[in-house]
Amino acid sequence: MALKNKAVSNKTSKSEYFELLEKMILIRLFEDRCSEHYSRGNIKGFLHLYTGEEAIAVGSISCLEKEDYVITHYRDHGHALARGVEAKYAMAELFGKSTGTTGGIGGSMHIFDATKNFAGGHAIVGGQLPIGVGLAYAAKYKNTGAVTLCFLGDGALNEGEFHESMNLAALWDLPIVFICENNLYGMGVPVEEAVAKKDIFEIGHAYDMPCSRVDGMNVLEVKEVTNKIIKDVRNGKGPYFLEAQTYRFRGHSMADPSMYRGSTEEELWKLRDPINLHWSWLKENGYAKDELNEIYEKMNSVMDDAVQFATESEFPTIDDLYKNIYFENVG
Amino acid sequence: MPNVLTYREALTKGIREALIDNDDCFLMGEDVGAYGGAYAVSKGLLEEFGPKRIVDSPLSESAIVGLGTGSSMVGLKPIIEIMTINFLLVALDQLVNHAAKIRYMSANQYAAPFMVRTVTGGGAQLGATHSQCFEPWLASVPGLKVVAPSSPYDALGLFRSAIKEKDPIVFVEHILLYGSKGIVDEDYYEIPIGKANVVRSGDNLTLVAYSKMVPLCIEVANTLEEQGIDVEVIDLRSLRPWDKETIINSVNKTNRLVIVEEAWRSGGFGAEIASTVQEEAFDSLDGPIGRVGGLEVPMPYTSVLESQVIPSKDRIIEYIHQNLNT
Repeated sequence: MALKNKAVSNKTSKSEYFELLEKMILIRLFEDRCSEHYSRGNIKGFLHLYTGEEAIAVGSISCLEKEDYVITHYRDHGHALARGVEAKYAMAELFGKSTGTTGGIGGSMHIFDATKNFAGGHAIVGGQLPIGVGLAYAAKYKNTGAVTLCFLGDGALNEGEFHESMNLAALWDLPIVFICENNLYGMGVPVEEAVAKKDIFEIGHAYDMPCSRVDGMNVLEVKEVTNKIIKDVRNGKGPYFLEAQTYRFRGHSMADPSMYRGSTEEELWKLRDPINLHWSWLKENGYAKDELNEIYEKMNSVMDDAVQFATESEFPTIDDLYKNIYFENVG
Repeated sequence: MPNVLTYREALTKGIREALIDNDDCFLMGEDVGAYGGAYAVSKGLLEEFGPKRIVDSPLSESAIVGLGTGSSMVGLKPIIEIMTINFLLVALDQLVNHAAKIRYMSANQYAAPFMVRTVTGGGAQLGATHSQCFEPWLASVPGLKVVAPSSPYDALGLFRSAIKEKDPIVFVEHILLYGSKGIVDEDYYEIPIGKANVVRSGDNLTLVAYSKMVPLCIEVANTLEEQGIDVEVIDLRSLRPWDKETIINSVNKTNRLVIVEEAWRSGGFGAEIASTVQEEAFDSLDGPIGRVGGLEVPMPYTSVLESQVIPSKDRIIEYIHQNLNT
């Protein structure tokens, strides 16, 4: 049975506008806490923060139904939280605790939550794309009406798996939306030095796949555009390729001081901070007055709880080491 | 009632059964449809099951293996045919980095219960890029299972077990075995994954092999019997998990072990077996563990050279005489 679509954005209610704001602030503060606890040694390994890119995950995932799938890359905290993964379980995962989203096994780059149809952060660039195609293939095979949102970074455009996946999705009219988060750098290399195509979204044309570009700093624009796309994809119009232009306000990972880009560029992009943009819009349109501090307090309280939960949780034990490699040792 | 089938027919029978048994099972690969499969294993299946169940894919090994993972994570049962194991190399990211890890990394929230069927081996004069044996590489990966049948009977029995697996399994067929004939029971049977098979019993020496090297080792054993050497031949059947117990029990009896593999010896499966046996049954050994493998060269095309590379009956027998000092 085909799923119904949510109302388009011109019918978005005030509470939904605020929900978008809260989710973006939730992600922003989560990433701030991650940074803090990375510095304090509670979080180790690679840590790639989504700061600055919140509008993309929040705007697009807000258009999904429960039955839809989300699959993404290793900068995955934002997508997980936008999809409803609780901050405390994600934080516990980063702390390496048994209460984390995968009991401390996956870590920052590999958050999963099957109850939310969140099919993972995947840490080999481009690796999530064929798997996303598989999720969409199953939805079509079983005619469930589910749509797959498959996120990728601009770096993945240059991987062979991107081409193979785009071709298969288009060839077989699969219900999948590829959202390319173009944050202008693949680690430290500017996208224009890595991708031959100037207007990235037009890569879709190579596969006869409908495609467009959206302002990835504007949550309402992201929501409106993806809502229409998801409706079409759900109605059998085949896959879609969307480029969302954005900027990460921090380095590629915690190890990256961003020496390859100028502070002027960073300051200019911060003028387009998605949270500030949306807050200004809410005020200008008479939806908001002075609720911002209250929202920050509320979200900070969620973060306090999340950090406390992560801190107080137990580490997994040696007994957990050999669990879940195969069905025979599921535990 | 026994029935004589070829290795190819046994595989077709297994696939057909799986498709009949489960509507969510489908076969996908390059030229598996109208062409009938590069080695004719899926001949007739498109006509019987239609294009939803027998899916011709573009030449996109990485994407179809990834599709196997993604679609099996949410309930489908794909059989992904990779035309040869040489082509599987371009899909190793999907197989090793993703399929093999998904259950572990997601803490059992997702799994990838699908099958990759592929073809190993040399001897068909296909040159360096089409004659390799990479199944030992795959057998080193936690999260994967690997089986390699040596006969029509095993092909069907292992297939029936493999299709029931709840984790990714690589089903390795041999390019030169498709036409081989053997007795296959008409009554339903399965062969468990991870259990070796003592195909010939003997007291003087244990020969361990898998896939195409098994029938060769049986020939070797028959010749050595005439020379008064009583050889036990063990077919591994599964490379991951592999059956240490059966091999160690045999070595405890024969006190001699030679491993025969078509793949290169370096870092190979024979090395894994030899190491394990010396750890766990050192006192039973009357001499060094021997290994006969493919010569350490890229495979040449011309038959006079290719036949030197792959272990032959004569080379194995000569090696055994050296090993036994006979």
